Amino acid sequence: MNSQVNVTPTTKRPLLRLETVLILIGVVALALAPFYFYPIFLMKVLCFALFACAFNLLLGYTGILSFGHAAFFGGAAYFTAHAVKEWGLPPELGILVGVAGAAFLGLIIGFLAIRRQGIYSTMITLALSQMFFFFCLQASFTHGEDGIQNIPRGHLFGFIDLEEPLYMYFFVLSVFLAGMLLIWRVIHSPYGMILRSIRENENRAISLGYSVSRYKLGAFVMSAALAGLAGGLKALVFQFATLTDVSWQMSGEVVLMTLLGGIGTLVGPIFGAALVTSLGNYFATSELPVTLVTGIIFMVCVLVFRRGMIGELYASRLGKKLERRAED
Amino acid sequence: MLSARGLRKEFGGFVAVNNVDLDVRHAQVHALIGPNGAGKTTVFNLLTKFLQPTSGTIRLLDQDITRTDPAKVARMGLVRSFQISAVFPHLSVLDNVRVALQRPGGLATQFWLPMRSLNRLNERAMQLIESVGLADKRNELAADLSYGRKRVLEIATTLALEPKVLLLDEPMAGMGHEDVHVVAEIIREVATQRAVLMVEHNLKVVADLCHQVTVLQRGEILTSGDYRTVSQDERVRVAYMGTDDD
Repeated sequence: MNSQVNVTPTTKRPLLRLETVLILIGVVALALAPFYFYPIFLMKVLCFALFACAFNLLLGYTGILSFGHAAFFGGAAYFTAHAVKEWGLPPELGILVGVAGAAFLGLIIGFLAIRRQGIYSTMITLALSQMFFFFCLQASFTHGEDGIQNIPRGHLFGFIDLEEPLYMYFFVLSVFLAGMLLIWRVIHSPYGMILRSIRENENRAISLGYSVSRYKLGAFVMSAALAGLAGGLKALVFQFATLTDVSWQMSGEVVLMTLLGGIGTLVGPIFGAALVTSLGNYFATSELPVTLVTGIIFMVCVLVFRRGMIGELYASRLGKKLERRAED
Repeated sequence: MLSARGLRKEFGGFVAVNNVDLDVRHAQVHALIGPNGAGKTTVFNLLTKFLQPTSGTIRLLDQDITRTDPAKVARMGLVRSFQISAVFPHLSVLDNVRVALQRPGGLATQFWLPMRSLNRLNERAMQLIESVGLADKRNELAADLSYGRKRVLEIATTLALEPKVLLLDEPMAGMGHEDVHVVAEIIREVATQRAVLMVEHNLKVVADLCHQVTVLQRGEILTSGDYRTVSQDERVRVAYMGTDDD
């Protein structure tokens, strides 16, 4: 796995400083954004950004490539939708149901996938997520091809009306930031350090006495739960949950977002998600098929800037300059 | 400390290791030598449980570890190095050693604590780094170190676990002269308090450092004893030189 993942070293302090600066700018921009852009679109970007960052926790910081993350994202969307619409739960509990469901799926899929390494592990995640896709196609609570429609957004904590787009936006933004904070905390924690050492050299980690599979499974479940958080949120934003979100194309899309943004960088996947989502929106109305455009961009990325947008920025002279300035 | 009886490993029909008995004792350096393909690394992998023996038993500190998993064996005090240098390339020298200290220090699973919490391991980590002469390199990425320094870092990381038995797979391979000397001194120092088993091709080092030598050939033990006895054994000369003229 290590040889395939083009990692950016993250132990040097200056990189942390640069990330702090980028994050501060980002938070301000996101708080102002709904007054200039269409909120639904922004919320879509935020959901996918959180999804991509959750995925990156596994790929970038643990070195496991999952090709089945749609199961957690789309699965949680169904669970949240069902909990809110059929059981009448408030949105915050509905999302928790989605997260718990995704974490449980992550436990099962992760448990089986980490028995193998590299491409074999990836294939297991793909196979299991396809099985989950067919489950969603057949099960009655998902309503098959129709999906779950007209999900009520409800009232947050009983008094904040989420049907109001701006309230909904700030709810999504808060959840997104909380999710990012959690990811940041995990990455920069004693546990994250062990995950990184496993990514770097799995056998060496074993020889130091670490039961690698437990750490990997922990990361897998966390990543799945966070992907579920994004999925549950998306179900409330769009007020529907469909098969699209559990399909293998969705698993592919999140890989694409992460690669474009920069594997193993905290904020890279956010930019990747923003780019892919914007392209999807922009080309939806044009003659050009969007898959063709993203495909070409992906090829350019792999050929020209392999570290991804943010990864290249860190490695570039501008990045070094920004680091120095951030240090002063 | 570490003993193996009747160790055997088959890959398909091929017998890589056959009927190997080994005893590694406290405060001794034990060398495992033999021509390429003799099965030295396989024996290492068997002893550290990275491979499961087809038959035979392995005991560590009077406990049977024949069926124990490798991480557990490491926690019991049997720690190995690898033939290809095993460092965490994108971590700094300090972090490399700290990772090894985290588990014994009880700081491995806390995903809610900040990185700062690891700072209390710094003192011990720096002691280890200084003991192998890497103090001025502590903030460099392991990937940027020279080959010899990577091996030295690997030893520092291994020592962080306070192992009772140390298995070193060709610690001097590919090193320059000065580095060989440095590493030899570190191993000598280390072995005063623990058992060391090492695979090594550099016979000068073996002669200089090792109390016991076991010679492997085609997966079987040719002979075993101290260096003088072994080096005067006709069969060893034949195995190494391919001829009995000398």
